[in-house]
Amino acid sequence: MSDKRNVYLDHAATTPVDPRVRAAMLPYLEDEKNFGNPSAIYRLGRESKNAISEARAKIAAVLGCRPEEIIFTGSGTESDNLAVLGVARSYQEKGNHLITSAIEHHAVLRPMEHLAKEEGFEVSYLAVDQYGRVAVKTLERALTEKTVLVSIMFANNEIGTILPIRELAKTIRDWKKARGRGPDEPPFFHTDACQAAGYLDLNVARLGIDLLTINGSKIYGPKGTGVLFKRRGVRLKPLIYGGGQESGLRSGTENVAGIIGLTTALEIASGEREKETVRLIPLRDKLIAGILERIPKVVLNGHPTERLPNNVNVSILDVEGEAVLLYLDEQGIAAATGSACDSASLDPSHVILAIGRPYEFAHASIRFSLGRSTTGEDIDYVLAKLPGVVELLRQVSPVKIELDGAVTGSKTAFVEMGRPHWERSMAKGK
Amino acid sequence: MPGNEKSAEVENPATKERWVYSEIVKDHFFHPRNLLLEEPREGQFDAEGVVGSPACGDVMRVWIKVNRETERIIDFKWKTFGCGSAIASSSMFSAMATENGGLTVDQALKIRPQDVMERLGGLPARKIHCSVLIDKAFKKAADDWFRVTGQHERIFSESGRVVDSRLNITDHDIEEAVLEGARTLEEVQKKLKVGVGDPVAIPAIEQLIRFYSEKYYG
Repeated sequence: MSDKRNVYLDHAATTPVDPRVRAAMLPYLEDEKNFGNPSAIYRLGRESKNAISEARAKIAAVLGCRPEEIIFTGSGTESDNLAVLGVARSYQEKGNHLITSAIEHHAVLRPMEHLAKEEGFEVSYLAVDQYGRVAVKTLERALTEKTVLVSIMFANNEIGTILPIRELAKTIRDWKKARGRGPDEPPFFHTDACQAAGYLDLNVARLGIDLLTINGSKIYGPKGTGVLFKRRGVRLKPLIYGGGQESGLRSGTENVAGIIGLTTALEIASGEREKETVRLIPLRDKLIAGILERIPKVVLNGHPTERLPNNVNVSILDVEGEAVLLYLDEQGIAAATGSACDSASLDPSHVILAIGRPYEFAHASIRFSLGRSTTGEDIDYVLAKLPGVVELLRQVSPVKIELDGAVTGSKTAFVEMGRPHWERSMAKGK
Repeated sequence: MPGNEKSAEVENPATKERWVYSEIVKDHFFHPRNLLLEEPREGQFDAEGVVGSPACGDVMRVWIKVNRETERIIDFKWKTFGCGSAIASSSMFSAMATENGGLTVDQALKIRPQDVMERLGGLPARKIHCSVLIDKAFKKAADDWFRVTGQHERIFSESGRVVDSRLNITDHDIEEAVLEGARTLEEVQKKLKVGVGDPVAIPAIEQLIRFYSEKYYG
């Protein structure tokens, strides 16, 4: 087809490396003067060490914190794990209660589950409203004398909803104050800002948080890079032991090129944040409005306005997400789905379920995440191609699902097979 | 014999992590055979069957027309709600049932999930349950046809046998778990919580896991 384009709308999964980031990294990959081990005492080593120190200071400037509060890690997942496992294991004697939300990334949920299963912790999963927000009251009610960590994401990776992190942080501070607990006593507040980093203010003092996760590969930096901000006074148990790099919290020879790349990426993101937000919101809203207009039986997942400027997530009923993605891929469009068919566990998106949608809506959910390369033409192209794909797959489908979740047609299938296996096991397992 | 062109891209036996479909799967997905686009007309088919649930993400519905004398399948149409391999395996099954003047109902009942999979050039391990669903949908249609023609003794019974009475888990649940990739007691338990409250049931459960593993993967 002559009009075929390549439209990448999966920036929430990962972003390409910005040419400026690449340029900043190259001297540390190509130049034989820049390969020294930062722990070494000679000049080559010192130069690498200085490069990391400078990078640390630059990240600290973006976050509004001290350089020694920055820990370089190998991914957003590692930062989340270090925050959750590290705080829990450090403050075990103070309490064994952890709080998180029902819509967190698996990088937070899985370590929480591990702590509950293997290390004697109890985890409260806070319910969210229909848009995916945690209410202050919900958090207040969950806090106990034994709570050592609260981890709630800044913005959700699937549905793009922005959570009220400042208010939640204040709730924890007030709760501590009322009990005469100082800032260096638990509970501490961690937020996963992987999706937020490109679009929202990350000043940790203004946010009032104790720990914050950033991932390089979501902000046009290199993959395999992450940052954990840890406020001075919060103790962590490391996950990796060895030569004592990163103040003993993350041993292993530093990924100097990666650290430089991540730092450059964060500085660029911070500088372009407002401009990009202003540019993307109209494109995002055009895509949402266009889909709702052109395709019947579609619902928007997530908050209409309190959402990331680059996130569109819709459930297109009667079609299965993976099938839609394959057809879109044929048209050159890259997107994502919360359908079970697209997950390793064959379970549908826990986020779509947590906001109160039925399973059928999770299987039908499609996420388009915009980015720096996204243009108005890209949006027009998706709006031109998507309705045809949906119409075709609806013709193939024997199922008719209504917007209220009722299923018509093929009802016998429903009765005979019952509810899905994961729901049966959940209900019976209790 | 079919299945020689099994694509190396389809699955990695070590990790079972590959998602790339074979060219045959792609072809059947983008150009489905025997798809019923309009609603069936009165008298167009003799029997129909449906399996799956929209909540699970897969529903397959098949319609068949059968020659009463030869019992050959003259027409086989389907509609499927599901992912790429669900649609492709529906299409492939329909092609297999109707090729060379049509299989007899008995012959078609002998098509095994792995036969469909082989003809498709392989499927990612996690997706195998999709091709099995179309096989079950056809069994329902065949039962319907036996019912319509008064051959009640030939109806294929699908009622499950309870193996864990505390959780009311049947052999079908074990089958489903194995099809979704669980091969050990631990993996099946993770999916079903089976045997957790009923240790006496464990030997029978282990036997079923072996049985279904051999049936579908052996």
